[in-house]
Amino acid sequence: MERKLGSAKRRKLVSDILLNGALTILCLLWALPTVGLFVSSFRTREDIFASGWWKVLPHRAYVTVETLDIPTGVTRDQVVEIAGVSGTFDEFRLGKTNSEGQQIIWVGNLRAGRIEIQEREWTTRSNFTLSNYEQVLAGKEYSYQRPDGSTQTVQGDNLTGAFLNSVAVAVPATIIPILIAAFAAYGFAWMNFTGRKFLFIMVVALLVVPLQIALVPILRDYQALKLNGTFLAVWLAHTGFGLPLATYLLYNYISGLPRDTLESAFIDGASHFTIFTRLILPLSVPALASFAIFQFLWVWNDYLVALIFIGEVREQEVLTMRLASIVGSRGADWHLLTAGAFISMLLPLIVFFGLQRYFVRGLLAGSVK
Amino acid sequence: MQNTSRASTPERILTLLTSTIGQVLISVLVPLLTFVVLWRGFLFLRDSNAPKSIIALVAIIWGVGGVGLLYLIANWIVEQLPDKWTARLQPFVFVGPAVAILIWYLALPAFRTFWISLWNRNGTAFVFLQNYLDVFRDRGMLESFRNNLLWMIVGTTFSVGFGLLIAVLADRSKFERIAKSIIFMPMAISFVGAGIIWKFIYENRPPGEAQIGLLNAVVTALGGQPQAWVSLVQPWNNLFLIVIVVWLQTGFAMVLFSAALKGIPAELLEASRVDGANEFQVFFRIMVPYIQGTIITVTTTIVIFTLKIFDVVMVMTGAQYGTEVIATQFYRQYFSNRNFGYGSAIAIILLIAVIPVMIYNLREFREKEAF
Repeated sequence: MERKLGSAKRRKLVSDILLNGALTILCLLWALPTVGLFVSSFRTREDIFASGWWKVLPHRAYVTVETLDIPTGVTRDQVVEIAGVSGTFDEFRLGKTNSEGQQIIWVGNLRAGRIEIQEREWTTRSNFTLSNYEQVLAGKEYSYQRPDGSTQTVQGDNLTGAFLNSVAVAVPATIIPILIAAFAAYGFAWMNFTGRKFLFIMVVALLVVPLQIALVPILRDYQALKLNGTFLAVWLAHTGFGLPLATYLLYNYISGLPRDTLESAFIDGASHFTIFTRLILPLSVPALASFAIFQFLWVWNDYLVALIFIGEVREQEVLTMRLASIVGSRGADWHLLTAGAFISMLLPLIVFFGLQRYFVRGLLAGSVK
Repeated sequence: MQNTSRASTPERILTLLTSTIGQVLISVLVPLLTFVVLWRGFLFLRDSNAPKSIIALVAIIWGVGGVGLLYLIANWIVEQLPDKWTARLQPFVFVGPAVAILIWYLALPAFRTFWISLWNRNGTAFVFLQNYLDVFRDRGMLESFRNNLLWMIVGTTFSVGFGLLIAVLADRSKFERIAKSIIFMPMAISFVGAGIIWKFIYENRPPGEAQIGLLNAVVTALGGQPQAWVSLVQPWNNLFLIVIVVWLQTGFAMVLFSAALKGIPAELLEASRVDGANEFQVFFRIMVPYIQGTIITVTTTIVIFTLKIFDVVMVMTGAQYGTEVIATQFYRQYFSNRNFGYGSAIAIILLIAVIPVMIYNLREFREKEAF
């Protein structure tokens, strides 16, 4: 009996290790991309270009311990001896190893250059900097050496304006649909009027309609109304596209609130408006919060709607648009891209980790979309 | 009498002010004043050169406050009417704005886009279904359909598969919360941000140089040649883009599955294990059938999502190198080629593709609800 228990325990331990091991590997895989971006955003431009971000971890690499002058008057095919090894220029260019395990490498060309003697050591490349963020947020200039030796100075990028635009778009585009949806949900749940059922079926039907369908007609309306490129235009568009889900979610919640509370308020002579603002809204905070997070992340991360309704108006450009255009125009400037991407993720990540509980609840309730 | 008892102090003052003439006058003046204020705000936001932070602040106050104010005024007007009319009109104050916006932004556009799709590129000649025939004859479009199918099948399968696997693993682990947070986190990241993250992973340098992209570093460390994963490795480059969406969507699937798994009665699992079922049998015979409904929901959600995929492709490849999908075709036809009829036809095809899900939703709603 005891032995049986012991083997069951051992089996449990093994399966626990396997289970947690598999989970750890998956988590590492999932976290690695973001970690790489985060680490890179603090590395200097030169470091990013010279080595992968994982080189900030301790690793073994050749480190120069001594520098020698190149032998003079050597021809390309001539065999020379340096630090105990012999070889031609081309061989030394690629690096030759001597008996002590040192690597001898010829840096530069045949006439002008130097010899470096390197040893394999544990090392890290960990000189971190905040200058990427200064360059991408405040448009600070940076300079670098071109391959031909000349120095190039380039203006960074100004994401501060785009960040503020994103705030100005995302906050109202989150609150307005919630407010409108909450009024509607209350109306559907607690008021009687003709067409109530028909209108709510319309809400359900519109849940899955792709927003692409609306872009063309709405853009035409905006052109006629001269609304293009204004904040109002984007808010209304996000409101329209977010409203079916918002109304549906809030209806489910508000219609489930205890009937007694409302009826006693009615008997006390409270109007619908008072009941809604004083009673229903405070009671619905969990549902409002879940949808708010949902909508905020959606609007903040949106690219398509902003691209179409803000379009060419540079002053109103939001973060995703600015970032996408940096990707297009200077896709090799990884120090700007990584820092910029991280700035764009900052607010959503704070909201996400701060209010994860509500977000999950919203997802669970609204997974029909 | 009823009026005084339910009114708060400012409302009571207003009621006192309103004799018959005053009532009419105020009912006209108050909305007028509101609209003037809101209009001034709109002009300020559109034309002002004030510092960005001030504009953002004004925008938030104006936008949110404005909507609140409109409801307040509309309700106030309706409550000034005789009780019978208040009861009749008040529902429309509550529901009206939402319905109007839904009709303007979603319901009507469906028909308007369909109408535009029956015309030629600039709407000068009625071509009936010609655009649709062209869509299904265009080789680029057919390639987009193929790619979208790939997105839907591969993207959905892996998101659902990984989501289920991680949900089951996490459910039995001590580190459930932290593991779920890590897997879930990409959901907070924009597609543009995710695009940058993954472009950096796929970054390609000529052979011999230090590889700064993770994938090529691994490949060269194993003795392979660095590749331009998202551009030259066609048609497999689509899969490298799909990985990004799997990375983003697995968290969503996991959260829903995790909640569903917790709903399985513990006795049921216990009983089957006592009866000698191994873990695989428990998984396939008990868990999967039990959470079938959730699996269907998650699958349809991700299918619809991949059907509309746009941002990832746009940022990663600019829809070049054979990675075009339906939504990028729509964007290119409409906004770059200015072929309005053709672009609208593509949008209608997207709509038709989701109609089965719409019908399913409606049927579910009708069964569930005693509306």
